[in-house]
Amino acid sequence: MEILVCVKRVPDSAENEINVAAGGADICREDLVYAVNEWDNYAVEEAIQIVEREGGSVTVVALGDAEIEESVRREMAMGAEQGLMLVDAGFAGSDGLGVATILKAAAQKKRYDLILTGAQAEDGAAQVGGMLAALLDHPYASLVNKVDVNGQTLRIGREIEGGSQELSDIDLPCVLSIQTGINEPRYVGLRGIRKVASVEIPVLNGADLGVDLASVGKAAAKVRRVDYFVPVVSAGAEMLTGSTKEVAAQLVELLKAKGGLN
Amino acid sequence: MATQVFVLIPHAAGKADDAALELLSAARAMFPGVTPTALVLGAGADQTAVAQEAAAAYPEVWGFSQEVLAYPNAELIRPLLLKILPAGAVVLLPHSTLGIDLGPGLSVKLGAAYLPDVVGFDGIDGSLLKVVRQEFSGQVSAHVQADIVKGAVITVRSGAFQPAQPGPAAGTVVDKSAEAAGLTARRRFVEVVQAEAGDVDITREDVLVAVGRGIGEQDNLSLVDELAEAMGATVCCSRPIVDAKWLDKGRQVGTSGATVKPKVYLALGISGAFQHLGGLKGSPFVVAVNKNPKAPIFQAAQVGVVGDLMELLPELTQQIQKAR
Ligand SMILES: Cc1cc2nc3c(=O)[nH]c(=O)nc-3n(C[C@H](O)[C@H](O)[C@H](O)COP(=O)(O)OP(=O)(O)OC[C@H]3O[C@@H](n4cnc5c(N)ncnc54)[C@H](O)[C@@H]3O)c2cc1C
Ligand SMILES: Nc1ncnc2c1ncn2[C@@H]1O[C@H](COP(=O)(O)O)[C@@H](O)[C@H]1O
Repeated sequence: MEILVCVKRVPDSAENEINVAAGGADICREDLVYAVNEWDNYAVEEAIQIVEREGGSVTVVALGDAEIEESVRREMAMGAEQGLMLVDAGFAGSDGLGVATILKAAAQKKRYDLILTGAQAEDGAAQVGGMLAALLDHPYASLVNKVDVNGQTLRIGREIEGGSQELSDIDLPCVLSIQTGINEPRYVGLRGIRKVASVEIPVLNGADLGVDLASVGKAAAKVRRVDYFVPVVSAGAEMLTGSTKEVAAQLVELLKAKGGLN
Repeated sequence: MATQVFVLIPHAAGKADDAALELLSAARAMFPGVTPTALVLGAGADQTAVAQEAAAAYPEVWGFSQEVLAYPNAELIRPLLLKILPAGAVVLLPHSTLGIDLGPGLSVKLGAAYLPDVVGFDGIDGSLLKVVRQEFSGQVSAHVQADIVKGAVITVRSGAFQPAQPGPAAGTVVDKSAEAAGLTARRRFVEVVQAEAGDVDITREDVLVAVGRGIGEQDNLSLVDELAEAMGATVCCSRPIVDAKWLDKGRQVGTSGATVKPKVYLALGISGAFQHLGGLKGSPFVVAVNKNPKAPIFQAAQVGVVGDLMELLPELTQQIQKAR
């Protein structure tokens, strides 16, 4: 089985305090810690496990600036044989459809049986996988938390509300967006990263991909972010201050008063 | 702008979801003066019942009843919508596991703009629709603008719009079942496997201590257990703790976990993503501890502490033990 996994480099929202830059044009990007989008690690792990069982190979593809190399190498260190970087100044500012259009061109460079994305990106909108499937005219399933290969079809599970699992059969080739919890992504150590440090990763631009730059990027985006802002919210929480001892003492009183001590 | 607006009515077991009326308010807010049409897809008596229910709120309902539509399979619904929707249509869906499955591909096939997970409306100017979205698990919001001249697919976050009041039953149901005949897809629904019940039933507990990724390591969970024990409370958690297999799925609070209705909810190292807060009902007294003052959980809490769990938890446990 030839599998393509799309991975995105994102500011890690668990590690960062995200602030709006002056004027709201962007978030403050200095000192941000970047990482591979959480969901994408599960997608790469699933691809590797499928190939371990069924044979074939895993290719990891990322679209972005030169910094994505670090992300691609990290995922290759998990056990993906090949990497692919899609880098072109003309790609910048693409909306979800633009990103999917560029990924489609990469996906058509070779015959992939299965294409995986993360269910959503931390700075995204849970859209790229479904759009890519539609552009390729492949069947699609989102929020997948189980994959069993049965010849030319897959028995898949989708996670639905309340944590129940919806089982379906889907024909190959197809696109799946992967939900967290489907597996336990393997640990990547420094040794693993060093092992793939010298593997050559092709870098493709718009011309290499045959993507018309007028159809992607900022100018072509139908959907645009106007600005970032901090919403005017209700009073929010009453914040307790003081030393750890003082804060704990206040909490004890509050919990007592509100029935929090059984 | 002359637009036709359609709302897909989500339903289960012959009842429309709460989203049906929230989507109606969203449609009215964004497109005042346009009468939205409800789309009710399903099979048999369930479909008929939901179409009647929708007609109590929507003046026009299009009904599609076919055996294959008994369970909502996005891969079948998408080609059906492509067939029946007029050019330039706006479609509203819930940002649910169905909306996420259906919406992106539908927008591509319709050639329409996609506006996912909308939490607010900020105006329409000609064909430029401006909405509010959130990013980074709600740490920041963004105004997003789309040209909807060729239509739009909009998924709306649950709870973002107040449900509309259903009017007097005045709507008509147009039976369009024939248009849905012969649908096939390369993805075939098999069955739904219900989530397993866990060792404890967190939905019945009054006092919950909820732990999130901020706890850092599995070993640190003992600090949470000790606190919960001192309080006489039950431990529950956010999704990453279950994904890491540190706690059972039955302990997860949120849209893909359990819905809880405690009196007191102590959220420890939880950022407050909407999928987590979606499982917290009944206006509990929420106390949040987080090292990030920007964490959205502080908007949902009555009392907040900006601090490190590693320092606060042992101290709090000790003081509670002493206070008893
Ligand atoms: C379809 C779908 C369904 C989902 N369903 C659910 C669901 O049912 N339930 C659910 O919970 N999530 C669900 N999620 C995931 C959700 O989007 C978030 O990713 C998740 O809730 C984040 O969990 P968290 O707050 O524990 O982790 P994070 O968002 O990583 O937050 C950790 C927090 O801990 C704080 N912190 C770190 N260290 C410390 C410290 N030492 N002391 C104090 N604070 C610290 C950080 O500042 C941060 O705010 C779902 C996602 C999808 C796409
Ligand atoms: N720039 C990108 N490069 C590679 N994959 C991407 C990119 N953007 C999105 N994806 C994929 O699409 C998924 C969903 O992203 P999004 O639709 O932005 O929430 C991610 O988890 C990735 O798998």
